[in-house]
Amino acid sequence: MTIEKQKSGNELTVTLAGRLDTTTAPNLEAELKKDLDGTEHLILDFEGLEYLSSAGLRVLLSAQKTMNKQGDMVIRHVNETIAEIFEVTGFSDILTIEA
Amino acid sequence: MKELTIDATVENVVVVTAFVDEQLEQLDCPIKAQMQVDIAIDELFGNIAHYAYHPKTGPATVRVEVIEEPLAVVITFIDNGVPYDPLAQADPDVTLSAEEREIGGLGIYMVKKSMDDISYEYKDGQNILKIRKNI
Repeated sequence: MTIEKQKSGNELTVTLAGRLDTTTAPNLEAELKKDLDGTEHLILDFEGLEYLSSAGLRVLLSAQKTMNKQGDMVIRHVNETIAEIFEVTGFSDILTIEA
Repeated sequence: MKELTIDATVENVVVVTAFVDEQLEQLDCPIKAQMQVDIAIDELFGNIAHYAYHPKTGPATVRVEVIEEPLAVVITFIDNGVPYDPLAQADPDVTLSAEEREIGGLGIYMVKKSMDDISYEYKDGQNILKIRKNI
């Protein structure tokens, strides 16, 4: 998985490509940890993300909880497989997903 | 039938995934079904890697079989670790808010929802977990 970060003021955009799974989820967790302080708008761009497993969901949930306290979080460009995972796990009610 | 026996480590999830994907590609498996199988591997092999031999490491065997009518792939995960039936776990409450949410049980729940069959047995000192995906 590749993680690309772009910061502009209090807005952080994180673009992911590949697979967010047991092996790679700790990398995303570490990258977010570095930059969430002071971030009020977190944008996760899933354009290049193939799929995620529960290890990825765990990181997203933790990020959402942090952003609930200090601003907002939006997920963009979710593919069909990932949309179905969010639906099945009820994450579609927790997360803000934009087309 | 193809079989791979390998150390059950998180690093080897990618090796197992590549091994299974190779069989799926020969079957012209649709990409969505393949991704669902890959996720199941991450959850199930990942579980074995984390818990079966903790804090030590041990081997796991992954077997891929193709059955016909309907065309399906059956993947069996075998380890000699502590007996653990992931299907005995209650399904998580997927209606809770972010603050109330617990992540435990979500992985196996996703596998149950995306596979066409899942079964577990403990036999001769082995955890044997089998999933079937119609393709």
